[in-house]
Amino acid sequence: MNKQKAIFNYALRLGDNSLVLGHRLAELCSKGPILEEDLALTNMALDHIGRAQAFLGYAAQVEGKNKTADDLAYKRAERSFYNNLIMELPDKDFAATIARQLLVSSFEYFLYTELMKSKDETIAAISAKAVKEVRYHLAHSSDWTCRLGEGTAVSHEKMQNALNDLWMFTGELFEMNDADAILIKEGIAIDLNSIKQQWLEHVNGVILEATLTLPSSDFMQTGSRKGIHTEYLGHILSEMQYLQRAYPTAQW
Amino acid sequence: MATDTQLDLWEVFIQPKSGNRYAHAGSIHASDKKMAIQNARDIYTRRGEGTSIWVVPSNCIIASDPNDEDMLFEPSNDKVYRHPTFYEMPEGAKNI
Amino acid sequence: MEEHDNKFQSRIDAGEFVEPKDSMPDAYRNHLIRQMSQHAHSEVIGMQPEGNWISRAPSLRAKQILLAKIQDEGGHGLYLYSAAETLGISRSEMIDQLQKGKAKYSNIFNYPALTWADIGAIGWLVDGAAIVNQISLQRTSYGPYSRAMLRICKEESFHQRQGYEIMAKMMKGTKEQQEMAQDAMNRWWWPALMMFGPHDSDSPHSSDAFRWKIKREGNDELRQKFIDKTVQQSEVIGLTIPDKELKWNEQKNIYDHGEINWDEFNQVIRGNGPCNKQRMEHHIKYHEEGAWVREAAEAFKNKKAKKENLINA
Repeated sequence: MNKQKAIFNYALRLGDNSLVLGHRLAELCSKGPILEEDLALTNMALDHIGRAQAFLGYAAQVEGKNKTADDLAYKRAERSFYNNLIMELPDKDFAATIARQLLVSSFEYFLYTELMKSKDETIAAISAKAVKEVRYHLAHSSDWTCRLGEGTAVSHEKMQNALNDLWMFTGELFEMNDADAILIKEGIAIDLNSIKQQWLEHVNGVILEATLTLPSSDFMQTGSRKGIHTEYLGHILSEMQYLQRAYPTAQW
Repeated sequence: MATDTQLDLWEVFIQPKSGNRYAHAGSIHASDKKMAIQNARDIYTRRGEGTSIWVVPSNCIIASDPNDEDMLFEPSNDKVYRHPTFYEMPEGAKNI
Repeated sequence: MEEHDNKFQSRIDAGEFVEPKDSMPDAYRNHLIRQMSQHAHSEVIGMQPEGNWISRAPSLRAKQILLAKIQDEGGHGLYLYSAAETLGISRSEMIDQLQKGKAKYSNIFNYPALTWADIGAIGWLVDGAAIVNQISLQRTSYGPYSRAMLRICKEESFHQRQGYEIMAKMMKGTKEQQEMAQDAMNRWWWPALMMFGPHDSDSPHSSDAFRWKIKREGNDELRQKFIDKTVQQSEVIGLTIPDKELKWNEQKNIYDHGEINWDEFNQVIRGNGPCNKQRMEHHIKYHEEGAWVREAAEAFKNKKAKKENLINA
């Protein structure tokens, strides 16, 4: 793998994470627990889809095959998607949404804060914008974690279950492959091990404040770095890509 | 089952840009201060309408009674000497 | 009582706005609650047909635009609920009335959004019809309603454009896209005209609404405005309006048009539209699924208040 391929792979990963999480959040439109929260979730979906457009646009540019962000979003098959599995899991209930937002936003906060210093100007610029969005997502999900954790017995249980269910998908956030190795040397990517402890401390802090318990299981799922996903991704893509695939010559 | 709650009503005031006065933008529902600020942000500043937000629980706002309109506001109508245009200035006087 | 109503009427006649704490006849208050809550419910239920296409929007740009637009509808519902709340009804009560079928929402959302072209048709025709009505309502006599409409009209100005852009693009596209666009036009045109309501001569609440200046223009007048501006827009992109009787009337300077199928209109109002049940089931399902979240937020607030009291004591 050369540097160009590594950047392509890395930008795809960041773009796919945003795209797939954005897709899941967008699915919640008109399903929020209260109208205000419906709009909040949509705002987060928009942040993610916008970021996907930026990263996939950059990936397309780096690839140099005359493709667009849309080509990469709408014309790749599931085995060429590199988003983390946690992004594609369905939202079982509002607790699952909030738990995922807490775990992912904390990760994104530390990731993009570091990537702002990337020697790749595009990645640094997109990251600088992302940090502002993510700080808000993190505040939002931390506050809701506390409300649900401390709220009622029902909400406490749902929130704890949601965290327990998602926990085995968090290890993968920190996995690295050849692309990371190459780009870390170049000062473009960061060593994900370097933010793991901060992430854990932060998440644990919120969980404790919310009177919840940090899940103890250390078994972790893996696969996305190799394009191996849960069954859910295929369904996401078959919906998302339906028009592009059904009418391949059409412009929309 | 408990009766449904749609959380508490808050009034939202937005400052369009630094230095401007805060103006009433509308209302939102929220159960606590943090949620009120976040909801106000998500609902009333989607198009860059603001740089700062105030939220106030609606039941903390005290409004004047419309029946008191005469008593409260009419007496000031004839105090024309409070306005600079009331005064006659000698012709030719400048910067006053 | 009569004296009070006369005083109120003379305020209205003088062009004054009515504010929440002002005294107002019960009938005025009730009329507003009915109209504003129906308007709010329409915005909220209107999120569903378009929401049906978010996950399938054909480009990242289209997906963002559609999401932002539907989000606006939710926001507009929220502004209108808030404005209605100033009249002394809670949002919970309004939602309850909707779910029990006591309050209505716009008939148009009981039609299905079947293809991507429907997203174009909804934006262009449905929002286009709505905005004609809403512009007129900016001058409505109840202050909070008027202010909500001002804000809504300002935000909605992009909605119709995005719909028209979708239709225009499809009409420049492949044969399949053109057929899809025309098909959507055929299905949405008449329901869009029905959005303005029955003929003024058959409209049950209109005389009070005019007297109180809640409503400033008649249903037929607004419908005509919409038709007159839409015909040209449709010609520009090559779409045919599915009305054989549509014809320019030189003398009146308006388009003459065919009669609306009022049987269909009444059937949909009675709950027999293609999606009435689906829309209400969706609304009730997610309202109920959200109950534990709202209860948790409420319980959290109470716990925090208790703690603060203990500290302060």
